[in-house]
Amino acid sequence: MPSRDRVERGALRVLRPLVIAVLFLVTAFPFVYMVMLSVRDIQELILDPGSLWPSAFTFDTYVNVLTRQGFLTFMRNSLVVAVASVAVTLLISIPGAYAVARLRFFGRRQVHFLFLAVYLFPAIVLAIPLFVLFTMLGLRGSLVGLILVYIAQTVPVTVYMLRNYFETVPQSVEEAAAIDGCTRLSTIWRVVLPLSKPALMATGLYAFMIAWNEFLFALLFLVERRESWTVSLGLSQLAGSIEIPTTVLMAGSVVLTLPIVIIFFAGERLLTEGLTAGAEKG
Amino acid sequence: MRRVRTLREQEGRAGLALISPTLVITLVVVVLPLLWAIMLAFQDVRLINIRQAGLFGRYTLENFSYVLAEPGFWSALVNTLVYTVAGTALSIVIGLVAALALRDRFRGRTLVRASILVPYVAPVVAVAFLWETMLNPQYGIVNTWLSQPIAFLSQAKGTFLGVEVPVALLTVIAFEAWRYFPFAFLFVLARLQALPAELDEAAVVDGATPTQRFRYVIMPQLWRIIALLSVLRFVFTFTKFDDVYLLTGGGAGTEVVSVRVYNFLTARDDIGASAAQAIVLAVVLVVFLVVYLRFFGGGERAEQG
Repeated sequence: MPSRDRVERGALRVLRPLVIAVLFLVTAFPFVYMVMLSVRDIQELILDPGSLWPSAFTFDTYVNVLTRQGFLTFMRNSLVVAVASVAVTLLISIPGAYAVARLRFFGRRQVHFLFLAVYLFPAIVLAIPLFVLFTMLGLRGSLVGLILVYIAQTVPVTVYMLRNYFETVPQSVEEAAAIDGCTRLSTIWRVVLPLSKPALMATGLYAFMIAWNEFLFALLFLVERRESWTVSLGLSQLAGSIEIPTTVLMAGSVVLTLPIVIIFFAGERLLTEGLTAGAEKG
Repeated sequence: MRRVRTLREQEGRAGLALISPTLVITLVVVVLPLLWAIMLAFQDVRLINIRQAGLFGRYTLENFSYVLAEPGFWSALVNTLVYTVAGTALSIVIGLVAALALRDRFRGRTLVRASILVPYVAPVVAVAFLWETMLNPQYGIVNTWLSQPIAFLSQAKGTFLGVEVPVALLTVIAFEAWRYFPFAFLFVLARLQALPAELDEAAVVDGATPTQRFRYVIMPQLWRIIALLSVLRFVFTFTKFDDVYLLTGGGAGTEVVSVRVYNFLTARDDIGASAAQAIVLAVVLVVFLVVYLRFFGGGERAEQG
């Protein structure tokens, strides 16, 4: 009789590749399907919904979605919102993270608690007063309000990520800079930041992803002004109408998804390390 | 005579100055709106009379009594709870399995790992729409594989092996698990890779079988991260809006409280009732968190002591 160890090892040898194959299939297949639908004709899809490989490739769907449906404008809006969010988020969270990492000040411990609270805070509660406020101020349809919300939502996480990194910068390097006559700000600018490039990249990517992918606030603030729609909002709004073929909307999905996937994989290692840094400390 | 500030005082001032932009934005965009939301919940405000609602408006409990008296709210709360618990549990279990399977190197690991992360990274609107298309009864590919088409997202109830099941609710739970298991995967994998290899090797030398090693060596090291993941995913899912709204619009027995809040806000223009429901949702969440921390936070301290 084989030992329990051998049985288990044998079972695992079969199970592990099986699990991996299933995971790969359920995550990769939908996206392959998305791309395949986006390059075929709608008639073909309706006649033969089960087939994956198009008999003829067409890129009219992309031309249609980008020009006629206005996705070029939506992409520009999303880009403006995301880039502005990243810039301001970094501008705000760099000094904040430095203060939390290095300086003893009144209320430092409470700040931690505040960040955790903001991180866990339900967006749907926030949505109501902001919706009312923006309606009263007549700011609905402006991208500025949206950017403000995204900054507030990302700052607690980015301060946390940057703080973890700033703490690894040796204090002696900063002291040396101070002796050489650097003020605190110039120490941050000339010593800490150059040493923290990976963390800055990771934070920037994170803020970009949040801003590019966000849906609820875009829906609340922008829905009445089509020319300010972000890509997410544009896709969700157009998906409801019957006149636009599914294949065209799939092209829209590809256009919405591709930039963020490319950006994510360009900085994947940095980003995941930054986000899970706390996990390893256990 | 001017007093010379000590270094310590200078440091304190610099710290406050550097942190203040962060504090200002969280105060203006998170804390103040929260207080306002609470005030709105106690006022009779609609979008039409919003300008009259001020700080000193008439405060009333009407919104709460109105909202809580409606059966729709309670069924939404039950849905939210089922959706959250099942979605959280499934995403963590799948994430754990994925992390264990992908722990050791194999050919193509980078590709599989990348593929696993895509559902989490991709914009929610795109993936929700993708699922809608795949599950569409007329031309969706999933239904071409089935003998009988299923309206996954618009059918409230169906029978499976003679048992009545909530079809649409299960579908949004599956979506939740699919979309967020990569989150659990990332955290568990990070923890697994930080484990000292000697522990596992010693267990092998001692003749522990793979399941014994999992149970006695690996799992004890993972409990804390799993507890943390449970809290995070529970909190995020409990108040989540976009996933369910985009997939079903809250129809077919999938209405969760956040979707209700949104509908009261935009379709009914009833700001007060909307705020009241959001506040109840948040309070329920806090109660769950406190109970959780009592149970698990206390247990942890006992372990250490």
